[in-house]
Amino acid sequence: MRFGGLTAVDHVSFTAHAGDITAVIGPNGAGKTTVFNLITGFYTPSSGELLLHGRSGHRPLHRTPGHRIAQEGVARTFQNIRLFAGMTVLENLLVAQHNQLQKATFFGVGAVLGLGGYRAAEREAMKRAKHWLEATRLLDRADDAAGSLPYGAQRRLEIARAMCTDPVLLCLDEPAAGLNPRESEELSELIRLIRASGCSILLIEHDMGVVMKISDRVVVLDHGKKIADGTAAEVRADEKVIAAYLGTGDEGEHPSPVVEGAV
Amino acid sequence: MSTANSRFGVPHEGGVPHSDDGVPDPGEMGGIPRVGPGPAPRPPLTHALRDALLAALVAAGLFIPLVGLRTDVGPGGGGLMIRTRWGDVAILVGIVFAARLLLNLWSNFRPAPAPRSAQRTALMGRVGTAVAPALLALAIALPFLPGTTRYGLDLGILVLTYVMLGWGLNIVVGLAGLLDLGYVAFYAVGAYSYALLSTTFDLSFWICLPLAGILAAFWGVLLGFPVLRLRGDYLAIVTLAFGEIIRVVLLNWVSLTGGPNGISGIPRPTFFGLSFSAGGGPGSFADFFGLEPSPTHRVVFLYYLILGLALLTNWVTLRLRRQPLGRAWEALREDEIACRALGINVTNTKLSAFAIGAMFGGFAGAFFATRQAFISPESFTFIESAIILAIVVLGGLGSQLGVAIAALVMIGGFEAFRDLEEYRMLVFGGAMVAIMVWRPRGLVSSRTPSVSLGARKAISAELVGQGR
Repeated sequence: MRFGGLTAVDHVSFTAHAGDITAVIGPNGAGKTTVFNLITGFYTPSSGELLLHGRSGHRPLHRTPGHRIAQEGVARTFQNIRLFAGMTVLENLLVAQHNQLQKATFFGVGAVLGLGGYRAAEREAMKRAKHWLEATRLLDRADDAAGSLPYGAQRRLEIARAMCTDPVLLCLDEPAAGLNPRESEELSELIRLIRASGCSILLIEHDMGVVMKISDRVVVLDHGKKIADGTAAEVRADEKVIAAYLGTGDEGEHPSPVVEGAV
Repeated sequence: MSTANSRFGVPHEGGVPHSDDGVPDPGEMGGIPRVGPGPAPRPPLTHALRDALLAALVAAGLFIPLVGLRTDVGPGGGGLMIRTRWGDVAILVGIVFAARLLLNLWSNFRPAPAPRSAQRTALMGRVGTAVAPALLALAIALPFLPGTTRYGLDLGILVLTYVMLGWGLNIVVGLAGLLDLGYVAFYAVGAYSYALLSTTFDLSFWICLPLAGILAAFWGVLLGFPVLRLRGDYLAIVTLAFGEIIRVVLLNWVSLTGGPNGISGIPRPTFFGLSFSAGGGPGSFADFFGLEPSPTHRVVFLYYLILGLALLTNWVTLRLRRQPLGRAWEALREDEIACRALGINVTNTKLSAFAIGAMFGGFAGAFFATRQAFISPESFTFIESAIILAIVVLGGLGSQLGVAIAALVMIGGFEAFRDLEEYRMLVFGGAMVAIMVWRPRGLVSSRTPSVSLGARKAISAELVGQGR
């Protein structure tokens, strides 16, 4: 991917296997979010290709418009939360099921007149929404505005909303950012639960605790290039990764004091 | 941030479509930025005095040339002479000083304003549930109320036309969050469609009405296509231009539209084929029902016609709000990028909002043409768009009741102050400023959720996006 003279992602090639949790890590500016934007269709790659082995067979994502990619089964969350703040938690989850519902409305005419086929579809949508509200422990906040939820709950709601599109691949952009250790722990559980439901996961994360614990594979990017690709243990031992991102063990275990001096 | 967000979130120079700076979009701040706590407190009296003196100084600077010096024709008609009126200047400056001082003291010693609470939002909701049926009952009963005059009914028709236009625009601006400054174009398309179809092909009102709506919707889609990539200010400018283009075309295409002379002799609507001719006669409404022929019959019929059309607009909007399409509109207003990530076809959703909004504008236009029996481009100037938009904004974006009240206040109120003559605009402007100060998000600013598991809770305006 090139932006003018800048090559943000250069010959990065990796495979996220079905049923795996694949983590993409790397220092800030390495091109992780650009990779996500390419996969989810917010950018069109300057060259190269992206293939999704989805429900409807092989699908070249690099030639699919943005909203079609989501319909093919790629859902994402955003690094800074992008909820529909003025709509309730439940409405957020129903908007995510827009396409299934819209199909049941016969181009809106059936819905305006309140025909039966739409009611059944709506019941189904409510059931799915409730399922993910329970999974993310948001059921008691269902009728509150999404913007009024605390930060951690907003992060969970964004994941629930993405899951309501019934994806085959869920792309999580720094889901643990800003969470406390207990919330991070819960997030790991939630991600495992999602994987158990049959959805593959692609994860960008800086919280190495989360990454090393749940990832099946880790891809490391630096300056737009892939520098390592393997299991968590392999990547942790990789010298290039340590130099570029993880840092040496000593630094990690004994952080140098920020403020020194005597009064 | 706003530039990165403005074009579908795909920036040109390699930024990410969402920034990480943590600064919320202006829309997320809840509209008008709050005035933070002022500078460090100074002794209140000294500060107030100093500020008042400053204001008096400015006033003196203004009033000395404006009021203090006056030129009169000299005695005998020879030349001009300057007359000074220092006394008047002193009085005016004194008034400014005293008023400013009082204002300062008042703002220093009044208690801090209480934040808007959820309770108040809930109370407004309860009041709202009572106001809406009361207004509807009044609207239905108006022609039969004892004190209603012909003038009152005409005013009612005018107000209801604007209620309908406001509700139509509310779909585009209030729900989908697309700022449309050229809404009057669709009103014009509807009016001219009706006028041309009925005068050229001799079609009846009830055939022309849907055709006018369809044609307006078609133009809505036509406008929608080029502006899909634009948001906020840019969208407003293009829609404004579109409104003007339609008007200029109507003005200059003399062979079709009659140019500035307009189209006259537009057929009046009939009651299932029964005409409302003033003289009665066979086949007229009065004759069929055995009533005394009266010009009021037509006015009452027109009144119920526009009431029915307005209620249809309201019903469709309320239904759509609870349907996937309406929810997608509101989601689009809240966050377009998230919509795309959820697989919503942003293009189609925007076009549908434009088309449906335009369709109701077209209906209103057809009604306008049949009521007036004469239309000309003069009726479709930019000020009409501005008034309709003002109704929607003052009423509260997305609120059906708020828009109805705002139309009643603005159009009805404007008529009520007719006696004030040129000061009418002053009162009008003052009222608008007052509403924007006290209720910056419109009269009814809270949002009612379209669906709920338990009890519906109104969502306070601070959280609801306004469209960008």
